[in-house]
Amino acid sequence: MSVLARQVARRLGIFAVTLLGASVLIFAITSALPGDLAQVMLGLDASPEALAALRAELGLDRPLPLRYLAWVGGMLGGDFGISRLSGYPVLQLMAPRFAVTGWLVLFGMIGALLIAVPAGMVAALKRRHWQGFAVNALAQVGMAIPVFWGGILLVSLVAVRLRWLPANGYVPLSQDPAGWASHLVLPALTLSLVQGAVLIRYVRSAFVEVLDEDYYRTARAIGWRPAPALLRHGLRNAAMSLVTVLGLQLSAVLVGAIVVEQVFALPGLGTLLLTAVQQRDLLLVQGTVMFLVLAVLAVNALVDFSYLAIDPRQRTGESR
Amino acid sequence: MDNRASRSTRAGRRGPWALLLVLALTAVIAGCTPAGQQTTPAGDRHTLVVGATLEPASMDAFHNSAASIPQVLLYNVYETLVKVDSDGKLKPLLAQGWEVSPDRLTYTFHLNPAAKFASGAALDATAVKTGFEKLKADTKLTETLRAQAAIVASVEAPEASTVVFTLTRPSLMWLYDMSSTLGMVVDPTFTGDLATATAGSGPYTLQKLNKGTSVVLGKSPSYWGTPGRFDEVTFRYIADPNAQNAAMLSGEIDVVSNLQAPESLAQFSDTSRFSVIRGTTNGEVVLGLNHQTKALQDLRVRQALTMAIDRTALRDTVWNGEGTLIGSMAVPTDPWYTDLSGTNPYDPARARELLADAGYAEGLTLRLRVPTTAYATKSAKFVASQLRDVGVTATIEELDFNRWLAEVFTPDDAGKSNYDMTIVAHVEARDLGKFANPDYYWHYADPEFVRLFTEADESGTADQVAGMQSAVKFLADDAAAIWLFALPNLVITDAGITGIPQNATTLSFDLTTIASA
Repeated sequence: MSVLARQVARRLGIFAVTLLGASVLIFAITSALPGDLAQVMLGLDASPEALAALRAELGLDRPLPLRYLAWVGGMLGGDFGISRLSGYPVLQLMAPRFAVTGWLVLFGMIGALLIAVPAGMVAALKRRHWQGFAVNALAQVGMAIPVFWGGILLVSLVAVRLRWLPANGYVPLSQDPAGWASHLVLPALTLSLVQGAVLIRYVRSAFVEVLDEDYYRTARAIGWRPAPALLRHGLRNAAMSLVTVLGLQLSAVLVGAIVVEQVFALPGLGTLLLTAVQQRDLLLVQGTVMFLVLAVLAVNALVDFSYLAIDPRQRTGESR
Repeated sequence: MDNRASRSTRAGRRGPWALLLVLALTAVIAGCTPAGQQTTPAGDRHTLVVGATLEPASMDAFHNSAASIPQVLLYNVYETLVKVDSDGKLKPLLAQGWEVSPDRLTYTFHLNPAAKFASGAALDATAVKTGFEKLKADTKLTETLRAQAAIVASVEAPEASTVVFTLTRPSLMWLYDMSSTLGMVVDPTFTGDLATATAGSGPYTLQKLNKGTSVVLGKSPSYWGTPGRFDEVTFRYIADPNAQNAAMLSGEIDVVSNLQAPESLAQFSDTSRFSVIRGTTNGEVVLGLNHQTKALQDLRVRQALTMAIDRTALRDTVWNGEGTLIGSMAVPTDPWYTDLSGTNPYDPARARELLADAGYAEGLTLRLRVPTTAYATKSAKFVASQLRDVGVTATIEELDFNRWLAEVFTPDDAGKSNYDMTIVAHVEARDLGKFANPDYYWHYADPEFVRLFTEADESGTADQVAGMQSAVKFLADDAAAIWLFALPNLVITDAGITGIPQNATTLSFDLTTIASA
C-alpha cells in the first residue's frame, strides 16, 4: 500500500509542477500576441482617449508579473476572469462548450477503439496474409487523410448526397436527445476513423508480441483457437501498451476535435478558443487553453493509475 | 486451420460493428425528422433558418460595434424613424413622413400613431426623445455612434406624434445614420440588460440565445404593422464557408445570407431547389495607397499602378466574376453612383511610360501588406503579378487581421503608417468621407476633395447628389486609391422563398419583405 501511496504522491507532484509551468507559458504567449486588445475591442473608429481609458480598465497598463499573479490567484479561487468581449465569466462560457467537446472526444475515442481493436487483431493474426496487408494499407490511408478532409468527404456523402444526417450544427442532449445523437454521429465518426487508423498499428504490434509469448503458445497447445486465445489471454497484456498510447493520443484527439468542430460547426471548446484568439479575448484564450492542459494532464495521470488496475504486479511493487 | 481462425475473427468483429451499425441507424432515423420538415411545401412554412457567418457576442448594438448585431435586430426587432430599402432609398417606417427646414437644420418627423413597442407601451414622440437623449448622454456608446449622435443639438416632442430634431450643422448623411443603429428606438420602460434581451417595436422579438450556435427570433404577437411572416426565425452561425454550403445543400438552413466563397456558386445551380440572388453590398474592396510614401504622392505613379491592373480579370479570377467594377468610393446603390470603372483603364504600356516619366524607369519596390481575408490575399497575388509586368515589385506580407489593425491601419505615435499598399474591404455605407480625413490610414485629404465633399454634405438634397458625384469623380481622376471591385451580395435561398432584398444596403438582414410562395 505504501508503494501505491508513494506512486500517487509522485504523480500528483508532477501534475502540479507541470500545471504551473503550463500557466507561465500560456500567459507569456498570450501576452506576446501582436495587436492592441483595446483597439480590437473598440474597432476601427476608436478615439485615442477611449483606447487609453479601456487599456486602464483592462489593466493592460500594469506590469506583466502582477497581471500573471492576479490571473493565477483568481484561478486557484475558481475565478477564471471575465471574457471582455461578451461580458460573461470565462467559466460560464466554457461549461456548455466543454460538454460538446467532451462528448465528441469520448465517442471519438470509443469509435476509434471499436475500429482499431478488431482490425489490429486481424492485422496481427493474418500478418502474413492478404487480410493483414489490407488492414495495414487501409490504416496507412486513414492516417494520411487530414481530419478536416475526412469530415468534408463524410459530409458531402452522408449529409449532402444521401441526406441521411445533418451536415453540421449541434443540439444539446437535454433539449432533443435524437437531434443530439444525429448531430454527433458524423463528427465522432470522422474523429474515430482517423484516430482508429493511428491506433491500428499499436494494437497490431501489441498483439504480435502476445503471439510469441509462452502463455499464448500454451493456450493454443491445449486446444484454444487463435482468436479466443488472443482475446482471453492477450487482451489484458496488450491493454497495457494500448492504454499508454491512448493517453498519449489524447492531445492529438483534442487537436483533431478542434478541427472537427470547425468542419461541423460544433459549439465546443475548439470553436470557442479559435474565436477568442481571433477577437483577442485574452482571458478567455488563457482560460480555455489552461483548461485543455488540465484535462490532458488529468487523463495522463489517470492512465498512470490505470496501470495499477490493469497490472496487479505494480500494486505490490513486485517486478517481473 | 487458418480458415477457421479467420472465420472466428470475423465473428469476433461482428459484435462491435453491429453495435456501430445500430447506432448509425438510430441516428439516421432521428436525423430524418428535421430533413422531412424541410420538404414541406413552402406555403406552409412557419419557420425560417438563416445561415450567417459571425455570431454576435452580445445583443447590445449601442455598446458593441459588431455588424452581426444589427444584422439580426435592425428593422426586425428594433425599428427606426426612416429605413433604407434594397435600392438605397429612404422610406418611412416609424415616421409616416418628415419635413426638413430650408436651412437643413431642423427635421420634423410625423410618427405613425399606431406604433407601439412589443411590451405594449406607446411609441410616441416622448419615447423617441427620451431614448435619443439617453443615448447621447451614454459615455460608453461606441465611437461611431457617438460621432453620429454629436451632430444633434436637441430633440423636442411638441405633440405625441411629432418629434423634432435640430442639428448643429446641415448633413444629409445624418438621416442615413438615423436609419441604422443610431436610430433604433428602445422601449423606455425596459429595465433589463440589452445584451441578452430586446425591447423594440418590430415584428419579431428575441426568443432565445443559443451561445455558440444560433439566435432565435419569434413573431411579436402584438405588432402594430403587417405581422411577421414566420412564427420563428433562426439565425444559425457557421463560420466555415464549406460547412455553411453543406448545411444549405443538405436542407438544414433555408437561406445563406451572404455566400462567403463565390467559387462555390456552381453547387447551387439546381433551380428546382435553390434561387441565387445577386446584388451589391456597401463593401468596396480598396487597394489603399499610403500617401506618405514618396513615390505614391506622384499622380503619375498612382495612375500607372491603376492602369497596370486589369480589374475585370482580377474580379474574374479572385471573386468568380461576381461583384461590380466601381472605379471610385461609391457602390451602385449609393444615390451618387456613376460607373467610373473606365477611369485610368487597363493599359500596361501607358503605365510603363508614366512610371518612366515619374523617374521610375529602373523599377520601383512597394510593400503590399494585406490582412489574411480571402479577397485580400487572392487579390494581392494577382496585383503583384500584374505590377511585375510594368516593372513594379510588390512584396506581399500577409498579416492576421489584428496585426493588420495594429501595424497598417493604426498610425504610429508620429502619425506614420507602416505600409505602401494594402487591400481591405470598406463595408460601411456611404463612406467616401473617410478620404477627407488626413489622419486616416491612407493620409489622403486633398484640399480640393475635402472642399467638394463638405459642400456636398451640407447642401440640399438635389445639389447633394450632384456634389457627391463630383467628389467621387475627383477621387477616381486623382487615383486616390485603386478600387478593385464592390463585394457582391450573394444570397442563396430555398426555391420557395421570395422577397429577399437584392442588395445589402444596410447592416440589417431584413426579414420584413420575405415571403414563401
